[in-house]
Amino acid sequence: MLSYVIRRLLTAIPTLFVIVTLAFFLIRVAPGGPFNQERGLSPEIRANLEAQFGLNDPLWLQYFNYLKNLLRGNFGPSYNLPDFTVGELFANGLPISIQLGASALVLALLVGSTLGVIAALYQNRAADYAVIATATAGSTIPTFVIAPVIQLLFGLTWSLLPIGGWGDGAFVNKIGPVLTLALPQIAIVARLMRGSMIESLRSHHIRTARALGLSEWSVVVHHALRGALLPIVSYAGPAAAALLTGSIIVETIFSIPGVGRYFVDAALNRDYTLVMGTVVVIAIFTIVFNLIVDILYAVVDPRVRYD
Amino acid sequence: MADAAPILSVKDLRVGFRTLDGRVDAVRGINLNVKAGETVAIVGESGSGKSQTMMAAMGLLASNGSATGTVDYRGRNLLGLPKSELNKIRGSKISMIFQEPMTSLDPLYTIGSQLIEPIRRHRGLNAKDAHAEALRLLELVRIPEPRRRLRSYPYEMSGGQRQRVMIAMALANDPDILIADEPTTALDVTVQAQILKLLADLQKKLGMAIVFITHDLGIVRRLADRVYVMRSGEVVEEGATQAIFSTPKHDYTKMLLAAEPTGHKAPPPPGAPIVLEGRGVEVTFEIGGGFLAGDPMILRAVDKISVALRQQQTIGIVGESGSGKSTLGRALLRLLPSTGVIRFGMKDIAKLDREDMRPLRRELQLVFQDPFGSLSPRMTVGQIVTEGLLVHEPGLSRADRDRRAIEALREVGLDPAMRNRYPHEFSGGQRQRIAIARAMILKPRVVVLDEPTSALDRSVQKQIVELLRDLQQAHELSYLFISHDLSVVRAMADYIIVMKEGRIVEQGETEAIFDHPAEDYTRTLMAAAVDETRFRAAG
Repeated sequence: MLSYVIRRLLTAIPTLFVIVTLAFFLIRVAPGGPFNQERGLSPEIRANLEAQFGLNDPLWLQYFNYLKNLLRGNFGPSYNLPDFTVGELFANGLPISIQLGASALVLALLVGSTLGVIAALYQNRAADYAVIATATAGSTIPTFVIAPVIQLLFGLTWSLLPIGGWGDGAFVNKIGPVLTLALPQIAIVARLMRGSMIESLRSHHIRTARALGLSEWSVVVHHALRGALLPIVSYAGPAAAALLTGSIIVETIFSIPGVGRYFVDAALNRDYTLVMGTVVVIAIFTIVFNLIVDILYAVVDPRVRYD
Repeated sequence: MADAAPILSVKDLRVGFRTLDGRVDAVRGINLNVKAGETVAIVGESGSGKSQTMMAAMGLLASNGSATGTVDYRGRNLLGLPKSELNKIRGSKISMIFQEPMTSLDPLYTIGSQLIEPIRRHRGLNAKDAHAEALRLLELVRIPEPRRRLRSYPYEMSGGQRQRVMIAMALANDPDILIADEPTTALDVTVQAQILKLLADLQKKLGMAIVFITHDLGIVRRLADRVYVMRSGEVVEEGATQAIFSTPKHDYTKMLLAAEPTGHKAPPPPGAPIVLEGRGVEVTFEIGGGFLAGDPMILRAVDKISVALRQQQTIGIVGESGSGKSTLGRALLRLLPSTGVIRFGMKDIAKLDREDMRPLRRELQLVFQDPFGSLSPRMTVGQIVTEGLLVHEPGLSRADRDRRAIEALREVGLDPAMRNRYPHEFSGGQRQRIAIARAMILKPRVVVLDEPTSALDRSVQKQIVELLRDLQQAHELSYLFISHDLSVVRAMADYIIVMKEGRIVEQGETEAIFDHPAEDYTRTLMAAAVDETRFRAAG
């Protein structure tokens, strides 16, 4: 298993290299640059700025300089937030996004799987229909509708939660954003779990377990649930990578200083280094969580072996 | 013993399923009983309700199923019992083994933990005693290295070994009744014989009653004391095994008894030309390997085999699963990469690329085992049958193709009016006819038949065998007939190749192989089939 993990991490290096290269050149293909915005900088100042950041060098030289810095762990300065380096921006924002994302993920997996299992056990009965209806609603109502509704009801009408802000990570400040992040995921996990559990309950070895007179608890939890978890595990990996790297909508609406807004902001502003930083962070999260998924697979299913 | 009161008696049992098309009755009011220590067989073809009868008794019906009537076990009606009470009986007093040994064990737990769980539940043993008991049970069902096997997962064991584990689990709590639902159908013949012998030995030793649910009359005759013959949810005949076999009363029973494939295939006329020939054909698979993972393991699935198929000849390729028989068939059709010489007619086709093979494909056809999986569910039968014509005779008009479809369907004994229906509306036998029509419409010279009858009921098998023989006669076809079922091979082939681990262990004319098998492996392979043949001669 250890050799497998090492092998996977080694293969991640060329993958990252390809991603970085593609992203570097793709963003340069987009018209405009970091300093020709509507702010109307005078041509002289703009030329100075571009010279300072090396944007006048030939593209290949810029690319190699970027790679060189990246290998030293230096993401470079942000062009639009000139007081910060990209590294500092992530050091400040990423822990916040991770806290919210991880809480939402755990909540979604626990609540979603429970609902899914209940729906599967009561297939085509009232409880099942209730779960399906909720799940469908949950995955169709967009986040930018859920978030203001939570702010309106819990923040304004009942004054139970702060309307927004991070509040240095106070628990009450996290409830709104975590709920907003978790609700669509709960819906997706519940539907996945229901389908997977129904199939698992129909399998032959469940019939065997029943024929042996095992208790319903053992049949459902011990035998059916474990097998049904695999699709959830596969979904949870990419979902975790997406959740932990922040959501622009949730962070904007709740005024959370996370990293979710950087991707869009940076791309719009042609903040090349920040775009690249975001790409690298998301790529690393994706690669790591896919690896975790594959390891979990081997833990749940003894047939999966990586040697 | 024969006069003892029954311990299990089924009275007026009805089983129905709610479906989209309304209620479907699988069992329509049957009565049967089982006495202590006896062996009862419930015989019937698929859809006869024989399995659902016992599933209902065990409370194992699918969620849309329901049962009425009574299933009386020692004074208690199993149908009315609450689940907690039923769970004290099933797995303990009455246990069951199933047709699907490959999937009936939980893939995620070791054999040991799956054996120990029901022992502890029903007998309340502590972990150590239950472990010792599990070990004793694995020894009882004669699993080699039982101590090591306790820590094995199901996927590490063969089908036969898994079925032994199932038997061990079923016998763990010393049951009164063991229900065996087609326990050997999915297994190779040699393994079948071992499992049946094991069950018979265990019954002698432990004294439980066995209910065999089966379509296999060979099993019934060898093992059962009494037989119930079921058809369309009803018991049409019952009686002592001897009586049923010597003087069957109901027409359906007579039909079942006559349903073994019979007849012989005459060898091709002397001097018939060789149509397909392989010399030193070798197929290897690489297992594992890759980036930093070391060298792959090489599996030699077909190991330098030579075979020559003449016009109008049928070569039967027999062997157990994993012997390489299907791989050989596919390699000869150039559907798998192989080395060696493959000649079709005058031409060496071993080196041809896909483009050059395409015109030859119409003459080299393949029919698969699985009549359910091998037909596209989204195409009509007419489209399925004529699809090959689109490739090989692109000039045909729609009307011409339709005419050819009608001809082809008629030739395989299907009503051409059904060509606009979809595969799910057909039975297994009809689907296999469709698959055959799909191959025959191209007027091939060689057809590889890969277990074409294995998924079918005996009576349907017989019809398909006759159909294939008629088609061969009419079109001077050459067949490679791949099968593990020796009674079908005997009726189909004039020459037999016996394969084991990728090699030919024996070959010769069919009758010679059946009458004087030279190799031990061939003899064990024949054991089951020969038994059935004897009974046919006697019956």
